[in-house]
Amino acid sequence: MTKPRIAIFDFACCEGCQLQLVNLEEELLDLIGAADVVEWREALSEKADEYDIAIIEGSITRLEDEDRLKLIRSRANILIAMGACATIGGINKLKNNFDDLEEVKKCVYGRDAKRPHLATQPTRSVDEVVQVDYYVHGCPIDRKEFTYIVRCLLMGKKPEVPNHPVCVECKAKGNPCLWDYGQVCLGPIILSGCGARCPSNGFRCFGCRGYIDNPNVDAAKDVIDKYGLTVDQLRAKMILFGSGQEATIHA
Amino acid sequence: MPKTVNVNVHHVTRIEGHGNIVVNATNGKVEKVQWQVPEAPRFFEAMVRGRSYQDIQTVVSRICGICSITHSLTATKAVENAMGIEMSEQTDKVRILMHYSEQLQSHVLHVGYLVAPDLFGFPSVVPLAAKAPDVVKAVIRLHRLGNEWSDLLAGRTTHPVTLVPGGLTKVPTAQQLIELRGRLEACVPDLVAVAQAVLSVAGSIPAFTRETEYISLRQDSPPAYTFYHGEIASTDCDGTVAVNDWKTVTNEYVSDQSTAKWTKWHRDSYAVGALARFNNNGQHLLPLAKDVAKMFGLQKGCCNPFMNSVAQLAEAVHVVEASKILIDELLTKGLKEEKVRVSPKAGKGSGCVEAPRGILFHEYEFDRRGNCVGADICIPTGQNHANIQKDFEKFVPEILSEGEDAVRLKLEMLVRAYDPCVSCSTHMLNVQFVR
Repeated sequence: MTKPRIAIFDFACCEGCQLQLVNLEEELLDLIGAADVVEWREALSEKADEYDIAIIEGSITRLEDEDRLKLIRSRANILIAMGACATIGGINKLKNNFDDLEEVKKCVYGRDAKRPHLATQPTRSVDEVVQVDYYVHGCPIDRKEFTYIVRCLLMGKKPEVPNHPVCVECKAKGNPCLWDYGQVCLGPIILSGCGARCPSNGFRCFGCRGYIDNPNVDAAKDVIDKYGLTVDQLRAKMILFGSGQEATIHA
Repeated sequence: MPKTVNVNVHHVTRIEGHGNIVVNATNGKVEKVQWQVPEAPRFFEAMVRGRSYQDIQTVVSRICGICSITHSLTATKAVENAMGIEMSEQTDKVRILMHYSEQLQSHVLHVGYLVAPDLFGFPSVVPLAAKAPDVVKAVIRLHRLGNEWSDLLAGRTTHPVTLVPGGLTKVPTAQQLIELRGRLEACVPDLVAVAQAVLSVAGSIPAFTRETEYISLRQDSPPAYTFYHGEIASTDCDGTVAVNDWKTVTNEYVSDQSTAKWTKWHRDSYAVGALARFNNNGQHLLPLAKDVAKMFGLQKGCCNPFMNSVAQLAEAVHVVEASKILIDELLTKGLKEEKVRVSPKAGKGSGCVEAPRGILFHEYEFDRRGNCVGADICIPTGQNHANIQKDFEKFVPEILSEGEDAVRLKLEMLVRAYDPCVSCSTHMLNVQFVR
């Protein structure tokens, strides 16, 4: 049997998810043994036009990137969105909250903003441009979850990813609830699978894995009422990684 | 001499982010030499507008996956500076210790995974692992140590969560620090082994020099090799510039060949990074780190950009040695939980920290509720772009006779030597404070 060919591509992002692949250390060499990694610009010199599995990191923010992504999709049998920028648009979608992108550009580049090479579009997640087969959530991704999903695919199995809120994993760890400490934590409405890493370190969940299906935002509202906080405070936290996603909260 | 030399590297590999190299030469005459930066801009200075002072470090950490701790630290320092928040000695020490973990992780990643394959003549670390398994295993152990050290203090390997304005959400236990100290002690032989392996192929380091201005932090009282405290220094002048005045140093401008802004101070360009820190502060390296610099004949005043990787090796040893001292100081004083209490207020302030790849500046302004109304960020790689271009212009005529393949490889190696973080550098902005 020939080894499946994997290619890794990056768009607008910090490349921190690719770094998690490097951080697999020896396990990465195992992966490279089980599959044929034919393109990975950050770590290898090789480049390829043919591959079976394409892994996409980053958001789509320019016309030329849209064309490049469509070409990659047409060449790959399986396409995986890796990390929040790819799966939900992530932090890059914060700029979509501005009514006028010209204003965003001016804020960064001043009077040079109109130069053609600085063109930009509203940020899109990968599945807003092409069909995505599998998602590896998080900012950055969890290395174990990544190897689990890739291992499943290499064995022809369907990976199972949990669809319950972060609070489930946080409670299982016996952490004190950060709401009791005055923090606006998004644990109740955000997809788990991260091991509640941030609340376990005393820092609120800010939603990097995206919402669970049917997030009960109204219940979240009850929680903020209980703690005497405002809808604006909750919305300000939801906007960090949740801009442009479906869950909305009404005052 | 080949008649024509045309090099067109679209997206240089084994660097963070996207950069292109273009060279056209006919009959020994160079017509075009360009370092291009086409990375997609991400507009962070706009994205933090309207965000709470509590969320700034969470947003800007995402500028860079490799130096996320440095970005979070710089943002946190800038917020604290803007609001006049003082740090406890314990917080200061734990933060520096956390920062050292990123220096080790990033330097080992750069020298071991990204640069060493060139020196050994391989396209990547994968075939290198087959050829020199012991060295690659030492690199892996050191890289893992850097990551687990970050995990312990920052809560995550990448994108820290324990850093907040006013302090830390979590303080390590004495037991954890004692274990870390043991691992740091034990990693020294690996560091020496990696340095010796690089030394064995040091003949592959091109002997290129160009007089260059080097800029980094410098700490005078007490004098120390600094990554975190101090003021801005240059090899072109004697005094230092206060962190809040960093824009008098960077003088950013927009170049047509780049989506990242470029900078210049006393000359057309300047360089930042490990070699810049070494050239400004090399006499303060701890003894074992000095030995590593000496092994390679690295001395202050070195203007060979390829030696940046050697300076990184010396710094990797330095941060391990310095961390052992820091841990001893923390343990002697005893660790205690500290409550973080900050009330927001209006103000404007800057923060500056040395990222593994060079000096990094953040500036923010807040309204009285602590919401951000303006931001300005200047990234190390942005400060190196103009210098890479100037190096290209001198280097290409010197190596043109070696033919296209050699020109391509050596220019790629030159770019890699700067340890660029291109996605970081792209989007970095103008001060446009909107009130």
